Order: sequence, then C-alpha cells, then structure tokens
Amino acid sequence: MKIIVAIKQVPERDAQVRIDSAGKWIEESDIQYALNESDAYALEEALQLKEKHGGEVIALSAGPERVGTTIREALAKGADRAIHVDATDLGSRDALGVARLLAEAIKPESPDLVLTGLQSDDLGLGQTGVILAELLELPHASLILHVEKTDAGLTVKRELESGWFQNIELPLPAVLTIQSGGNKLRYATLMGIKRAKTKEMRRLTAAELGAATTPIAVLESVGLPHKQRSTQILPGTPKEAAAALVEKLKFEARVL
Amino acid sequence: MSGIVVVLEERDGRVGRISWEALAAAQHLGKQTGEPVTAVAIGANTEAQANEAAAKSVAAVIRVEHDLLTRYTPDGFTVALQQLIEKESPSYVVFPHTYQVRDYAPALAARIGQVLVSDVVAIADGPVFTRQLLQGRLTGTYRHSGKGPCFVSVQAGAFRADAVEAGTAQISTFPPAIEPAQIRTKPGEPFRGSAQTVDLGSAPLIVSVGRGIKEADNLPIVQELAAALGAELAASRPICDNGWLPMERQVGSSGQTVSPKLYLAVGISGAIQHLVGMKGSQCIVAINKDAEAPIFEVADYGIVGDLFEVVPALTEAVKSAK
Repeated sequence: MKIIVAIKQVPERDAQVRIDSAGKWIEESDIQYALNESDAYALEEALQLKEKHGGEVIALSAGPERVGTTIREALAKGADRAIHVDATDLGSRDALGVARLLAEAIKPESPDLVLTGLQSDDLGLGQTGVILAELLELPHASLILHVEKTDAGLTVKRELESGWFQNIELPLPAVLTIQSGGNKLRYATLMGIKRAKTKEMRRLTAAELGAATTPIAVLESVGLPHKQRSTQILPGTPKEAAAALVEKLKFEARVL
Repeated sequence: MSGIVVVLEERDGRVGRISWEALAAAQHLGKQTGEPVTAVAIGANTEAQANEAAAKSVAAVIRVEHDLLTRYTPDGFTVALQQLIEKESPSYVVFPHTYQVRDYAPALAARIGQVLVSDVVAIADGPVFTRQLLQGRLTGTYRHSGKGPCFVSVQAGAFRADAVEAGTAQISTFPPAIEPAQIRTKPGEPFRGSAQTVDLGSAPLIVSVGRGIKEADNLPIVQELAAALGAELAASRPICDNGWLPMERQVGSSGQTVSPKLYLAVGISGAIQHLVGMKGSQCIVAINKDAEAPIFEVADYGIVGDLFEVVPALTEAVKSAK
C-alpha cells in the first residue's frame, strides 16, 4: 500500500506565545515547534499498516524551511521519503487554499491511502483531510481510531460523540483523518535518525504546484480570550494556597 | 442570493440541543443582517424534527428527505445539501459544530468553492466571526469575502438554546436526487466502547487530572486528593489515550459531560474539547503551573504552581479541615 501522511508543524504545546506587533499572528521567532499531535497518530497508523501489508509511507508537509525538522522526525520514525511543499504564505491561505496545495502535491503520486490528523493544535480548523478527499474525489472517513485492511478496501473505527463508535467500510483509494489515542506512538531510534539523513526529501514550491487561489475566509486578527468567570488566584506557598482554597470552598463557594 | 439556512442535526429522533444553539446563532445573524432564517431537517424521516423547528421563529422549514439518507454518510449529506443550497442560494449556511458536521461540511463547502468558518464562538457585526486558536490560548477573527454562501459552524455552548424564539412556520419538502453509487462508504451500527461502570454525571465532587501529571506513576497523588474529598477521579483525553486511566473516566467532547458542585482540574490546560465537558460545573478550581492556561478562563479559584507540591498540600488541608 502506498500511503501519504500529511503532517503539520505547530507551536509546541507549552510554548509561551506572544501576539505579534501587527496583531495578526504570534511572534514566531521565540517559540519551539513540534509535530501536530493527531498527525503523529496518523503517521503511526501509516507505519503500522506498512509493517503489516508492505508498501511505502511518504510524509508530506507544507510550510517554511523550519518544517524540515518535523519532516526529518517523520523520516526518522520510519517514513520512506518525504515531500516538502515550501511555502511561506500559508497564513494568507485559507483551509481550501492549503488543501489545494497539498492535493496538487499528492495527485502525481496516486497513493492508495491518504492519512492526516483530525485537526491542528494551532488553527484547529479540522478541515484539511476532508477537503483533500473532496479535491482528490476520494471517499473519506474522519475521527478514525483503528484501520483494518480488507479484501474490498478498509474497515475503520470512527469515534462518535459521548463514548460511541461506529465501523465504516470504504473502498481504496481513500482519505482518513486520524483521532489521537488509537495507537501507541513510537519514538525515533538512533538508527532511524541516522538513516533519515539519507532519505529522499523532495522540495516543491507553491508556484510549481500552481494552486494559487483567492482566500475566502482568512484570519484577520488575533487577541486574548475573554474570561468567562472571574478567577480568584490564591497566592502564597503551596501550603498557604491550599489552606486558603479549602476555606474558600467551605465558606464562600460552600461546595465542601 | 439571500437568507440564512441552518442545518439541524437529529439526536434520538429529535432536534439535538446543539442544533438549537446553531438556530440561536442563525437568528442572531438574522438580526444583524436583516435576512430571514430557514431551518433544514435532513434524513429519511424528518417529520418530527421539522415539526419541532416549525414551532420556532423561522421564516420556513425545509425537509430534505430521501431513503438514502436513512443513515448518515458524508457523501449522501453532501450531495443532498449541495442541491438544496444551489436551489435556495442562501447568503449564510449555519451548522452546529458536531462530529458529523466536521465530517461533511468542509467537503460540502469545498464542492461549492467555499470554505467553512468552523467552530465559531461569537458573531459580531460585519459579520465578524470569532474562533479559538492554539487550543483556546488566543482567539482569532475571521471575515468571509467574495461571492457565494458563507459557511459557518457554531461551537457547542457558544449560543444559548433557550434564546431561540418561538413562532410558527410553514414546512415544505425538498426531495434531492441521489444515486446509490454516489454513496461510497458503508456505515455500521453505532456501538458503545465499553460497559460504563462509572457515572461521572451524577458525582457531586470530581477531581480531574491532565497531562501535567507527566506519568502514570504520579497518579496516586491525585487519587489521594480524590479520596480525601470523597470525589470521583476523572481525566482529560491524553491521560485516557495513554491508557493511564480507563476511557470511561474521560471528561470532554469525546467522553462524558459533567456538571458537579465542585470540579477540581489538576494539570489540565483546558483545551476546548475538555472545557465543553465541564464548564457547566457549579464551582471550578484549577491547579496549573502555567498562569496563561485557558483553564483559568473558566475557573472560580486558581492556584498557579507546581501540582506536585500543591496537590499533596491540598490533600493535607482537606484532611485537617474535616
């Protein structure tokens, strides 16, 4: 099976983010980046499918040069080769614009399966995989926790809300968006990191892909969220704060 | 091109609560733009849903009905709603931001050359849509430009279902043309993950633990706090994904929704998927090392500090107060 995994580099979970001077995005210079969490699960699913059924795993990522480190991580974990869509203008593209770039990069490869994470931890639009399916004219299923190859195609386990699930059968080729938690993630081995350096990483530019579009819905400005409740922060040493909290819970909130 | 179409979603044969919230958002948008709101019920048997919607303040109710829509598939819903949208030519199409909508609405929008503004929490004049970014640490504003309908999905809890105004509306039926071959996926019967033995929904006190606990071996410190309080232990998704606690203890959009007297969140940053499951709690306490964590936006009391110091101190304080 030839599998393409679309992955995204996002600010690290604990990164202290500051809004940039234009108020349009965050200060990118002073943060660390990491592989988007649900994309890590998509990569893991791809690697396990390859181990079971053979074939090839291709990591695909769009973004500026720094994305290379995340692509190397995917190669170190076991992807066979990678495609980097070198683009510095992703912020001015909407979900459809980004998906068009990825779709153009995917088409010539004619994969059997395209996997991606359910949503990104930064923009959280949760749309790239589903739009990719539409642009590639392939069937899809989203929020997938488990993938089983069958004679007819795939049987996948889809998460529904409130602890319910559903199995879905679909033919190949197909697109799946992967929910986190379905597998245990692997770490890159020392050997893997070494071998990643020799693996192919093809660079494509947005201009080459020819997927220029006028954005329809883009991020105009960013700000700090409004507080929904007024929070009393209890100061002092852990012991003082803990004692103050118990007082508040007993006599002010009256919940103890 | 005019009007606002809101697509309702069925839960157990009725209109689900989050769909009423989406209708409230559509009515809010209708007041801002002066455009009439049409409610759409979609499925194989939409009579009950349509009747419920017709008792609300909407200009019209449309039943999009076809046998091939008996069970939800992204292909069936996309094909049917594309035809309806092309016929009605609305300015806005509003959805509840459910798992089902996330599964087809981005494809539906793309098929019409549009982009869904997903998971919106507020709509200001313009209209300007607000969404959360970076798991709730920041918010972003979006505006729709160009021709064609603007697709919006609304986050659970962002608008009030009880704000939907009552009224009466005419119901009509729209029969979409769908061929069996257009439906490429075959959905199975929904099933429960595992037997639910823990009913967090009825627990008056909950201690909930998140990624800040770092490893499974550290769980006893929150278990001791829960025991001292006589509280149930719950967790955010990553803890259950890692298998440190069973899935049935998960609070959030993919787990249980709770509203206890006291919800004490330990080492939980407060991503929206978690907040939707607990923000209705009477009193919320957050213990987190990051003062900027979104959990503090919904907390009544907070302690900013190292949970490995704060939680044992709190357990002692609870014991000595008894």
